Amino acid sequence: MSDAGMDRRAFVGDLVAACLAAGGPVLLGVVRMAEAQGTDPGAYDASEHYYGIGIDVAKCIGCARCVAACKIENDVPLEPTYFNTWIERYVLRTNGDVEVESPNGGLDGFPPIRREGEVLRTFFVPKLCNHCANPPCVQVCPVGATFITRDGVVLVDDSYCIGCRYCIQACPYGARYMHPEKHVADKCTFCYHRLVKGLVPACVEVCPTNARVFGEVEKRVTPLARFLRFNDIQVLKPNLNTQPKAYYANLDGEVR
Amino acid sequence: MQGYIYPNEFELQWGLLIVLYPYITGLVAGAFILASLERVFNVREVQPTYRLALLTALAFLLVAPLPLQAHLGHPERSYEIFMTPNKRSAMAMFGFVYAWYLTVVLLLEIWFDYRRDFVRWARESRGIRRWLYYGLTLGATDVSPRAVAFDESAGRWITVIGIPSAFLLHGYVGFIFGSIKANPWWSSVLMPVVFLFSAMVSGIALVLFLYMLTTMFRWRKIDMTCLEKLAQFLFYALVVDFSLEALDFIHRLYEAEESIQILAQMVENRLFLSLIVLQLLFGTLIPLGLLAVFSPGLRKGGFVRASAELKQLVFLTSAVLIQIGIFSIRWNVVIGGQLFSKSLRGLTVYKAQLLGIEGIGVTLALLALPFVILWVLVKIMPPWSDEPAETGSNAPEQPATA
Repeated sequence: MSDAGMDRRAFVGDLVAACLAAGGPVLLGVVRMAEAQGTDPGAYDASEHYYGIGIDVAKCIGCARCVAACKIENDVPLEPTYFNTWIERYVLRTNGDVEVESPNGGLDGFPPIRREGEVLRTFFVPKLCNHCANPPCVQVCPVGATFITRDGVVLVDDSYCIGCRYCIQACPYGARYMHPEKHVADKCTFCYHRLVKGLVPACVEVCPTNARVFGEVEKRVTPLARFLRFNDIQVLKPNLNTQPKAYYANLDGEVR
Repeated sequence: MQGYIYPNEFELQWGLLIVLYPYITGLVAGAFILASLERVFNVREVQPTYRLALLTALAFLLVAPLPLQAHLGHPERSYEIFMTPNKRSAMAMFGFVYAWYLTVVLLLEIWFDYRRDFVRWARESRGIRRWLYYGLTLGATDVSPRAVAFDESAGRWITVIGIPSAFLLHGYVGFIFGSIKANPWWSSVLMPVVFLFSAMVSGIALVLFLYMLTTMFRWRKIDMTCLEKLAQFLFYALVVDFSLEALDFIHRLYEAEESIQILAQMVENRLFLSLIVLQLLFGTLIPLGLLAVFSPGLRKGGFVRASAELKQLVFLTSAVLIQIGIFSIRWNVVIGGQLFSKSLRGLTVYKAQLLGIEGIGVTLALLALPFVILWVLVKIMPPWSDEPAETGSNAPEQPATA
């Protein structure tokens, strides 16, 4: 591992030199990404990053590979009432009716649309913690057990949480739950344990259609920056001023 | 379940115990505000309930944190609220508001009020009781007129501080709910004010109930001047409380925000019994009518000439109905706020358990506990002031002046 790390560092060094020589600002961005993904955990510098996630609703096929990967990666209880991420299926009818469902978070697939009536449109919406820049959950935690990391991830310290559930009440997105064994609030961590190793969250990694784009919000040349630039972006419940960092492309107004 | 709810919303987060918490703190604040009527605003008529109200407030305040503690996922970590409070959190302030109210307001006021009696009782009793009372004086055994006058003036000042503190205590509990913008049923600037006035209603009703019960069980005559004054204040508080609730309701309906449809569905289906029947009809309208007719709230002596016994029955019934109504208010706020999905697309259900830490059994035990504590307090520190005059003053027609 350390050899690989050294190799990578050497490679990065070469790239920097090449870039400086070429004077290519675009390449410089790529180099920063490469630096960010250094394999040595000790080398991880949170102040270098600010994470968000892009979700392209049009690309989601509702396979829920992300939900399964998340449950495994993060030891999320398997019961159908605990999810760090889940998939909702929307069925819009021509008469204006909207039907939403998420049976077992989408894990077992979605049943055929049985109800009578003409269907206008259907689509899947992946949901997860929005890692808000102005998170109400962090505001209300009485002991500060839930917090924002320097790299913009909202986490819960499970050795500190007293289990009052106020944060679960304060989250407008239903992204939190009470862990049935740990008796603390739990939620999506953006797979923080993977981030510090330079990996992307499990849900992003397994998505077969690249509906999820993870990365740096503030840097200019990153996949997420590209996603934000070339799509019309919406966030969920913007009126609550939570400033979510889950950015949706092709989102229908019916989605809450 | 009906419609769509987020998968994480299947489990209700706050159950019966959290219903109990605002109910109990409301009784504390209300009882204290009643006590301060006599002390600060010189409403002499309610003097017989002054000490009883203080002890009631203390008994309930001692129990107030228990449902919270029992409900925590990690109760052993609860001290962290004092150690590392998050200054931006409304809930973090609980420990400080509570400690302030308990020690600075209630205990001090009770101590100053009882100190002279502690000294007297210590001198009159023997054995362990003697030491108990000496202990309670905290060594301050000076009962010279000057010392007693100091007690009196200190007590008054503490009450003056106590009134805003009581407002703070329960207004703050309302703020815990009212400040949650994610929840349209809770998020309302009126919430702390509604909580406050419902607290006054419940506190006055409780003290009225306890005063009647204790007086009857001691075979004394009920002081009708006092009782009618209590009923009068109960009526006024109820009118304000009802007006505020109505304002909140009309405001929601008129604004008709995104959430209005799901909230209307919730009120019509899930909350029909607890909101329309128990809170509105039995808890508010019927007592309001009874008190309007029988209490001196609108007309001196009430609209109907009634015997003292009938009035007592009416006031007692009103007080009990009001307690049911106020408990329903707490239920409707706490449970109601969790019965609809934040996706605003569906409703869920709450099933109270019988056993277990969040069950009905524990809730009933926690509701009974303050009465046990009050009984002990009353045994140690009798709050009665009618010992010398056994007959008491029974003058229902006496003009009531505030």
